[in-house]
Amino acid sequence: MATVEFETVIGLEVHAQLVTKSKVFCSCPSVYGGEPNTQTCPVCLGLPGALPVLNAEAVSMAILMGLATGCRIAPKSVFARKNYFYPDCPKNYQISMYDKPLCEEGRLEFELDGEIRGVALERIHLEEDAGKLLHAEEGGSLVDFNRCGVPLIEIVSKPEIRSAEEASRYLVALRQLLRYLGICDGNMEEGSLRCDVNISLRRPGDALGTKTEIKNLNSFKAVEMGIRFEIERQAGVLRSGGRIEQVTNLWDSGQKKLLTMRSKEYAHDYRYFPEPDLLPLDVDAAWIEKMRGALPELPLAREKRSREKFGLPAYDANVLCAEKGLADYYEAVVGAGSDPKLAANWVMREILEEMKSGGEFEAASAPVTAERLAGLIALVSGGVISNSAGREVFKEMVKSGDPAAKVVERLGLTQVSGEKDLEQWVADVIAANPDEVARYKGGKVQLLGFFVGQVMKKSAGKANPKLTGEIVRKMLEG
Amino acid sequence: MRDLVQYSIEGLGDIYRAREATVREVVQAYLDTIEAREPRIKAFLQVFAERALEEASELDAKGHDGRPLFGIPVAIKDNLCTRGIPTTCSSKILAGYRPPYDATVVERLRAAGAVIIGKTNLDEFAMGSSCENSAFQITHNPWNEAYAPGGSSGGSAAAVAADMALASLGSDTGGSIRQPASLCGVVGLKGTYGRVSRYGLVAFASSLDQIGPFARDVRDCALVMEAIAGHDVRDATTIPAGAPDLRGGLERGFKGMRVAVSADLETWEMDVSVKEVAARTVDELIRDSVPVTRVALPGMETSIAAYYILANAEASSNLARYDGVRYGLRSSSASLAAMYDETRGEGFGDEVKRRILLGTYVLSSGYYDAYYAKAQQVKALICAQFEELFKSCDLILLPTSPTPAFKLGERLEDPIAMYLSDIFTTPANIAGLPAISVPAELSPEGLPIGMQLVAGWGEEEKLMRGAFGLERMYRFREQHVLGPKAGRGRHGDR
Repeated sequence: MATVEFETVIGLEVHAQLVTKSKVFCSCPSVYGGEPNTQTCPVCLGLPGALPVLNAEAVSMAILMGLATGCRIAPKSVFARKNYFYPDCPKNYQISMYDKPLCEEGRLEFELDGEIRGVALERIHLEEDAGKLLHAEEGGSLVDFNRCGVPLIEIVSKPEIRSAEEASRYLVALRQLLRYLGICDGNMEEGSLRCDVNISLRRPGDALGTKTEIKNLNSFKAVEMGIRFEIERQAGVLRSGGRIEQVTNLWDSGQKKLLTMRSKEYAHDYRYFPEPDLLPLDVDAAWIEKMRGALPELPLAREKRSREKFGLPAYDANVLCAEKGLADYYEAVVGAGSDPKLAANWVMREILEEMKSGGEFEAASAPVTAERLAGLIALVSGGVISNSAGREVFKEMVKSGDPAAKVVERLGLTQVSGEKDLEQWVADVIAANPDEVARYKGGKVQLLGFFVGQVMKKSAGKANPKLTGEIVRKMLEG
Repeated sequence: MRDLVQYSIEGLGDIYRAREATVREVVQAYLDTIEAREPRIKAFLQVFAERALEEASELDAKGHDGRPLFGIPVAIKDNLCTRGIPTTCSSKILAGYRPPYDATVVERLRAAGAVIIGKTNLDEFAMGSSCENSAFQITHNPWNEAYAPGGSSGGSAAAVAADMALASLGSDTGGSIRQPASLCGVVGLKGTYGRVSRYGLVAFASSLDQIGPFARDVRDCALVMEAIAGHDVRDATTIPAGAPDLRGGLERGFKGMRVAVSADLETWEMDVSVKEVAARTVDELIRDSVPVTRVALPGMETSIAAYYILANAEASSNLARYDGVRYGLRSSSASLAAMYDETRGEGFGDEVKRRILLGTYVLSSGYYDAYYAKAQQVKALICAQFEELFKSCDLILLPTSPTPAFKLGERLEDPIAMYLSDIFTTPANIAGLPAISVPAELSPEGLPIGMQLVAGWGEEEKLMRGAFGLERMYRFREQHVLGPKAGRGRHGDR
């Protein structure tokens, strides 16, 4: 394995689109999609004479991310022009930050193999997104400038990541944090979260090797696969005595492979210089404190608290805290009186299954409100309905929008715990199944479940299973 | 009735209020002047005769509503965006381009009641000092058509000098308002950096560019400046303050102000006629009991070098957008790279290419520290030195241009000589200070010579008072334009 011979050194540059109402330097809406070139104005089209004006909301969001990762927020940062020619970039320079970024020297923490791992961040800076090139079927290319000027933060890690798996965990944690903060929707397919990888190998103890870049990684899977391929490729070159060239690899998501571009095609001198159309960005202590006050409880802290306060197993805490909205929902269910462990089971099983996704939870779009789920859980734990009836009730609640009690009543599911009714059903079942009765009496006591099941069937699920079991045993053994 | 084109802005206001003339009559008088003189001057790239007359009729229908520029015919430099109207920057690369919006100054002129009568010629993208770098036409100096009007705002200066507009707007990056004002015998003002919104000014060098007015006299100039100045939410570099009152104190002239003059004035390289005007001005000021001190002027040796590094660096980036992808000229090419190369190769003139190359070079990796970063240090130093100097004086007096107008073609093959036209004007741009050129005297050849005042940051009010003081001292217009000695002017005083 390459990892034995070589140490892998990985740094990630992640671009995250901020969910501001308007673009970073003009008042055009910054929502995804829309007919091409309908969300544009002279500023984001870079028309002659137009000037950028900074959107303070974008700065606030970038500060939030800086604080959440323990960065130092620069009291004065400077926008810079990154000069390069490309048709999706209407000014042929991008307004970014260079030697004076907004946030520096932070750290992103996440769990890896049951331990907390931290990766140092070099910087987080604010910049504008470019447009999109569309290649027309009849030849030629079209440009859609709707995305042009959408605010991005670029989060640059130090080269402290050592494996594809760790890179993937880092990215998951970063995405989770962005979503906790409510500043990025984290949608990699739509490009609102994009990841470039820098990667090099070295023999243990050696100086850093030559790094290569992987671009165009549009999913977590792509990041992991891309890194694995590139580690193998570099290891192969090094083993055969070759030298690593400074190349850029593009991930081909269709063919699931890396396309290596010759270095010359990507050799840029960006000629950065301070953006003269914008003043240096002053962020005073009051602004920073305001954003600090807006910080939510962060994922790792919340997991820890969930374990300690609700007695949840690590796995449950991890699943329930994956999304801020989900964790909020869970706590609301507990807050409405449910037992924390039961609530965890119901939320993880019913709610997440209903949502059919493990990580896109929004409380507002939950299939039933937290209060109503708590009401259902109360009916189950109070023995009014059985656990299995509860699951039926849940489905019906989602379908009809009615509270649990009303559904139970409508379906006539109230659990029957009266001994007379139960004894009658048990007697009927015993009478109808003489063979099983004989085998049971012959020692096959595992058949108890069969009899209980028959009673449940006969009672249309209303029989209290626990009591039924006791009665079966009494009547067959007594 | 006197010749309608001879009234000042306030004078025209009185005429309109008294219903002695209509806006339409005044606009027509200017259009008549244009018809008579423009064929030889070639100051305009476009004249909006019909539209201007229509606007005039609309204003007449309303009657004078007290707006400061009501019914005033104004020309604007063709690097100011006008909605739906071609804006060329005198470059082939913007052929056919019609901006979808008006520059802030255009909006403000209109809001003040002005009638925009046409768009004027300039050196391509405002790069030049003679107007000869225009891709479309050569503008001639109204005082002598064999001479250049100066640049880059040569068309706007010539239009006012030839009575083809009552006032005009130009832009000044290294002297592009003040130098042509000096060469054409009109007043030209560049405010403090950030005083006037650049929104809609096609950028040459963003950190230096300022829009400002040309006018026949200081009071008109102040009026136009008041109309266009003030904070604009669309330009983050504007000063967050409204337009200053520039007329209230004019009559006080130099009263209570101290003037600084370079200790080396006599040793600077300049035309002897310019040197004499400067010396006479100093003498006059002293005679009028204005305190004049000799000082070391900041940036005289360094600002032109810093200027050509900073301005070209920014230009190389600002002009990158002209690539044929979205608007303007596009060469039909086989590949993207060829389209870029050919569009820019065909679309830009030599001077623009020269500056893009220089600017690209000074920003390049490995050269940045030696050039761009060093020039920024020089800029910071010059700013600090000016700030220090203005603790002990209110205004700095120096010539605007080292020479009167030069002959057309004379400096075309010598870019360095052309660049040195800006030697006295670039320090104010580098330091972001307000500066004005006031016509002083005529050279022995009968060409105007202007003198320049520079004030401290944000001190336009002082600047205008000083300029008014100079104007009163020189009596240039009375003597050389309107008076009997002019021999070419129109009759009647104002």
